[in-house]
Amino acid sequence: MIRITRKVEFSAAHFYHNPKFSAEENQRVFGKCSNTHGHGHNYTLEVTIAGEPDSATGMVLDLKELKDILQREVVERMDHKHLNHEVPELAGKIPTCENVAAVIWNLLEPKIVRGTLDRVRLYESEDLFADCTAEENGLKR
Amino acid sequence: MRISLTRRYHFAASHRLHSPALSMEENERIYGKCNSPYGHGHNYAVEVTITGPVDPDTGMIANLGDLDPFVQREVIEAFDYKYLNEDVPEFQATVPTTENVCREIYRRLTTFSAARIERVRIEETSKNSFEYTGEPAV
Repeated sequence: MIRITRKVEFSAAHFYHNPKFSAEENQRVFGKCSNTHGHGHNYTLEVTIAGEPDSATGMVLDLKELKDILQREVVERMDHKHLNHEVPELAGKIPTCENVAAVIWNLLEPKIVRGTLDRVRLYESEDLFADCTAEENGLKR
Repeated sequence: MRISLTRRYHFAASHRLHSPALSMEENERIYGKCNSPYGHGHNYAVEVTITGPVDPDTGMIANLGDLDPFVQREVIEAFDYKYLNEDVPEFQATVPTTENVCREIYRRLTTFSAARIERVRIEETSKNSFEYTGEPAV
């Protein structure tokens, strides 16, 4: 099996606020991320596909095809957007690195038809990233 | 799908690779320039990976407001701007190779209560990295 990884970047705004919490609780739990005016990040997304190379093309899948899927499903949805207000898939969720990565996994998984989605790694900054991995590969990593 | 969160921390420290169980010649042969008696240093990057359920109220596996000060207290304060061989008690009898540093940092973090520590990965330089995920359950 081969794993191939494609990287894309997008920039977006967000803040953390749970309407079930009091103002004090939001401030205590979410700290400076709770500023409801929002703040932003340059996100880097690495998407890994696992599979066997096709005998005719030598490819697990055409990277151009993956690039187009990432553009359509992620970049167009999230680049230069406010994640709290403009991304319906995140409605009702706190747009943490964990939750944004999980939403991206759920968007991409049904679209990957050649090879299987193996890992979604979302960097919120160079010192913080979330990984979503296929359940059965979890222990091998 | 399973999910994990990785936070990257940094410290700068010096060390010397030298084993009192070996002769001077053996130490030089095995550790080469890392055996230099005055020690040398690195900018270490430490990646700490946590796993566990994402709390629907916070969207988090664990709050970085808890993890950051924990790692700061347990590891960074003890290692940053230190001579690992002398200033960290565990390395007075153990050679502070980055394999051993990895294991020691993992050990210090296992008491974190808000999530499971899945992996400690250390970049000693941009060319060398080491990972420890604990010992397999027997």
